[in-house]
Amino acid sequence: MSVRVLLPNAFQKHTNGTREIQSSATNLPQLLTEIETSFPALKTHLRDDNGQVRRFINFYVNEEDIRFLGNEKYAFKDGDEVLVIPSIAGGVDCCCCSYCGQEECCCDC
Amino acid sequence: MALSYELRCRECGKRYDNAPLSICDECFSPLEVVVDLDAARADFTREKIAAGPTSMWRYKALLPVPDDYVPPTPAGWTPLLKAPRLAQRIGATNLYIKNDAVCLPTLSFKDRVVSVALANAQIFGFDTVGCSSTGNLANAVAAQAARLGLKTYILVPADLEAAKILNTQVYGANLVRIDGNYDHVNRLCSQIADRFNWGFVNVNLRPYYAEGSKTVGYEIAEQLGWRLPDNVVVPMAGGSLITKIRKAFKELIALGLVEDKPVRFFGAQATGCSPISTAVKTGADHIEPQRPSTIARSLAIGNPADGVYATRCIRESGGWAEDVSDVEIVSAIQELAETEGVFTETAGGVTTAVTARLYAHGRIKPDELTVTCITGNGLKTTDALNGCYETQRAVRPRLTDFEEYLEEGHQELAFGGVNVR
Repeated sequence: MSVRVLLPNAFQKHTNGTREIQSSATNLPQLLTEIETSFPALKTHLRDDNGQVRRFINFYVNEEDIRFLGNEKYAFKDGDEVLVIPSIAGGVDCCCCSYCGQEECCCDC
Repeated sequence: MALSYELRCRECGKRYDNAPLSICDECFSPLEVVVDLDAARADFTREKIAAGPTSMWRYKALLPVPDDYVPPTPAGWTPLLKAPRLAQRIGATNLYIKNDAVCLPTLSFKDRVVSVALANAQIFGFDTVGCSSTGNLANAVAAQAARLGLKTYILVPADLEAAKILNTQVYGANLVRIDGNYDHVNRLCSQIADRFNWGFVNVNLRPYYAEGSKTVGYEIAEQLGWRLPDNVVVPMAGGSLITKIRKAFKELIALGLVEDKPVRFFGAQATGCSPISTAVKTGADHIEPQRPSTIARSLAIGNPADGVYATRCIRESGGWAEDVSDVEIVSAIQELAETEGVFTETAGGVTTAVTARLYAHGRIKPDELTVTCITGNGLKTTDALNGCYETQRAVRPRLTDFEEYLEEGHQELAFGGVNVR
């Protein structure tokens, strides 16, 4: 059992440039553990303070969003291709003042 | 900073020099442009803006381009129309339309964001640019890249409207139809941008691109006589526009160009692709992705990149979001055309139908100053009106025949505007 995992450029600073790995993980939680074991430097960047995978990181299996396949319950199949892609958004956090950049600002806005 | 703008991670706050980057390498969150308002303060006055060009570039001091940048294409500065006849139909008394159906050069608000993105593509030295698109962005990138002499690769879902495909190909762009929906296309573009040294306007240039949307907000305020409306109704695809209009209003307040006042933001989606309106209605703090199924293809983004921010923007402003069926979308396209002479595409049908519902449900009071944002032109999505109008028999060119024709009861040629409430 082996799946091909493609990592985004944004990870490469923490993976010594590795873009692609083969994994024997059978589901998403196992895959995350394997990635974090292989690339310890990535771990603190991949998860937030509560230990959750950051919400801007998306996983796709063979072109399908893993959330449509059952997310953590989805059982990888031999030959699956797993894509890891951060969301690309340009939004501004609306509780953050665009003038001073602080959430609790004292600007007159 | 040497320039008066730079990139900043909106989650962890890490700052970056200007570069074709959209993801923070520390926390993998999106980057945004921060403009130094203090640096812009001297150049961003009502007088200097009034003396500027009649395009979105009159607001150049708050856009991420160098001071000496000379824009090659005058996009934006579209009409803000008082809409009394539509208002009467839907129970409003103080309604305006921001009409980007006539935004130049390609008849949608995407001309604004592309102008800023391609300015930066040139600064970064790209000779090839591209985008993932539901159509309007494809048109805008193809046209403006042609003027700049840039090569283009434009990726679209294979089922896109024929007019939007033609309106991209005519500019000589390399149009690649992808066998999938927009979310598949967008994902592929992320991989391509990682692999090739190309400037994708809504991927690695996205922080710059998104700033162009602020000009809709600046224009609304200036055209209202430098004041803010009570409510704004905005169509949502990726969810960026609504947040950027709000950012624009906040910047105008911070610079003292308008009086501070609460503005409520209302989002509009098609029921067949409504991940953001669903999150607003259910109170969720995250977006559940959907598989789109709607005629409003320009809004058919099932996993919206700015969905979380759009939801927050709406909620914090005291606004709301609604979604409408395909039948309501078509009726609203007709109603807007019949009442105000504005022919919008399906996305504008969504916005108009949602606006009507917000009045009908009492979420917007009749006399509140409300601006509804029309973002694209109906000539691009004429397929949506197939079957709505009969082909009439030809009348002989004689007055008696014409009188006979009138007597046959053909005064009412088409289905009337249906009440979308």
